[in-house]
Amino acid sequence: MGFLIELLISAMIVVGGVFALVGSFGLSKLPDLMARLHAPTKATTLGIGGMLIASILYFAFVERTLSVHELLITIFLFLVAPVTAYLVAKTHLHRIRARQDTDQFQLPPPAGAGKAGWATFEKSDKHSRTEIR
Amino acid sequence: MIAYATYFGFISIGLAVLMNLHRLIVGPDSINRILALDTLTINTIALFILFGIWQGSSTNFEAALLFAMVGFITTVAFCKYLLRGDIIE
Repeated sequence: MGFLIELLISAMIVVGGVFALVGSFGLSKLPDLMARLHAPTKATTLGIGGMLIASILYFAFVERTLSVHELLITIFLFLVAPVTAYLVAKTHLHRIRARQDTDQFQLPPPAGAGKAGWATFEKSDKHSRTEIR
Repeated sequence: MIAYATYFGFISIGLAVLMNLHRLIVGPDSINRILALDTLTINTIALFILFGIWQGSSTNFEAALLFAMVGFITTVAFCKYLLRGDIIE
């Protein structure tokens, strides 16, 4: 029983480390930002999930104490990673679109200024001529 | 066996932090640097958790939780500043 628990904890730590390494390798080596965004938001989040599972198992079976902090960190990180990816992608796309506009460098209008929602370009805007590559 | 796995985890997370620092220095745009900083924060949380397992003490989890919250708020603030030119408008 103890050997199986140790094997499970060690496997979780190794899997988490490998996934975190793969995520950071992709962040370092992929060519474009939209390709780079895939690596940390999925692989690194999965890696830290494995490490948190290993920590929960270690403190439950080896140290004989139940700790809830890891569960809080897990829930927070897994909720927050898509929001971060969305914000980074949105900022990148809006900056590309504002840079392609040859007249002047212009950021989208503030929230509530037009028919569109939070800080985005409208469909009838002059920015809709240029397509995002 | 847990000790060797923890050493392997330390080595891999250290290499990941070095790769994030490479992207943070080289990155051609500021949004790349923001993404590298966010990944660096996540790897720091992993380091805190591994250090807690290695020491056998659960005092590091408050620091990890603080890093998670502050890293998310930092990323959102940087993205909002680049997107709008202002954080709170």
